[in-house]
Order: sequence, then structure tokens, then C-alpha cells
Amino acid sequence: MIELATEFLITLILLFIGIIMAVIRIIKGPTAPDRIVGLDTVNTIVIVSMVIFGAIYNEIIYIDVAIVYALLSFVSTLFIAKYLQGGEF
Amino acid sequence: MIGTIVTFIIYLFLAIGVFFNILASIGLLRFPDVYTRLHAGTKCTTFGAIFLILSVVLLGLKMWYLGDVNGSVLSIHSFIALIAILLTNPTGAHAIARAAHASGVKPANAVVDHLQDKNSKTKKQPKNVSSKEKQKESA
Repeated sequence: MIELATEFLITLILLFIGIIMAVIRIIKGPTAPDRIVGLDTVNTIVIVSMVIFGAIYNEIIYIDVAIVYALLSFVSTLFIAKYLQGGEF
Repeated sequence: MIGTIVTFIIYLFLAIGVFFNILASIGLLRFPDVYTRLHAGTKCTTFGAIFLILSVVLLGLKMWYLGDVNGSVLSIHSFIALIAILLTNPTGAHAIARAAHASGVKPANAVVDHLQDKNSKTKKQPKNVSSKEKQKESA
């Protein structure tokens, strides 16, 4: 644990409130693109949360996981968008 | 002295980042339309992520300055994660907006749709050219 652990933990709790609000949009969303927008927001906030977790517990491997998660979520977002757009791949 | 100033800057960056991330989630709930929700949910999240990760980078630099070698690795890896977010997030937002327009979702209270006209014009032209070529070939 680092010296500023309490402040970073409060930041994480506030970010989780944001994730819950985005999940409400994923459940309610009237169309499919609404749900993808919510998913994209959740992905970005989860990446930031992973980086902050890695800073709190002083574990570098958590931040590497965050980098890989960022690139994979980008690929998944592109493929879902391509699927919605229709046409040939 | 330097440690106190850096700690204050870390507090400031954390406050800005959390404020913009919460603002993005509220905008995602409150806006009426896919495109405005995309505007809130992507731009504000990217801006908040920049400041939150920069606070972690500053924390790592401070740990390095105070004699912990682990802090330099922490700051460098966090910066690479920030670059990954900065490259991928706007690209994904553009793809989502294009897919939403192509799948037939209209903006709320919209009157004109210039992108629709542009797409129909560009789609008609190659069809005409191909039909004329076929006529020439058959003639």
C-alpha cells in the first residue's frame, strides 16, 4: 500500500458509481447503438480503475493487464460496430 | 517541499478526473439521443482518463524521486496505457457513430440529414456508371 491509498480508494468508489450509471443505460437503452455507447464508457472506466488499482497495491502487472484490456476492447467495439453497420466484412 | 507540491497536484488531477467521469455517466443517462450520448460518454471519459492516469504517473515519479525504483516502471507503464486509451477511444467512437447512422437511427428532433444525401449520391453514381458500361458492352 502507498501513502495516498485512501484518496485513490475514494476515487475508485466514485468511478464505480459512474460504472453503475452506465450499466443502467446498457439495460434501458432503446436501440443497440445506445448499448454499445454504454459498453464503451464502461470499458474506459474499467481501464482507468485497473491503473489506479495497480498504483494502490504497487503491482505493475495490473497496469499491463489494463493496456491489453484497452486494445482488446477497442477491437471488440470495432467489430460490433461493423456488425451493426451491415454489409460485407 | 517538492513532495508537498506534487501531492497537491495529484489531488487536483484526481478531482478533475473524477468530476469529468461522473459527468460522462450523468450525460449518458440524461441525453435524448445516441449521438449526444456518444458525445458525453466518449469525450468526457477520455478527458477524465487523461487526468486520472497523469495523477498515477506523477505518483510514480514522486516515488522514484524519493528513492523507490519501482515508481519509474509504474509511471512508464501508466503512460503507455494512457497512449493506448488516447489512440483507441476516438476511433471507436467514430466507428460507433457511423454504425448507428448506417443502421437507421436518426438524431432526435433532426430536420435535415446531409450524410444521408451524400451517401445516396455516392452510391448512385457507380451504379449508373456500371449500367452504362454494361450497355456499351452489350451494344
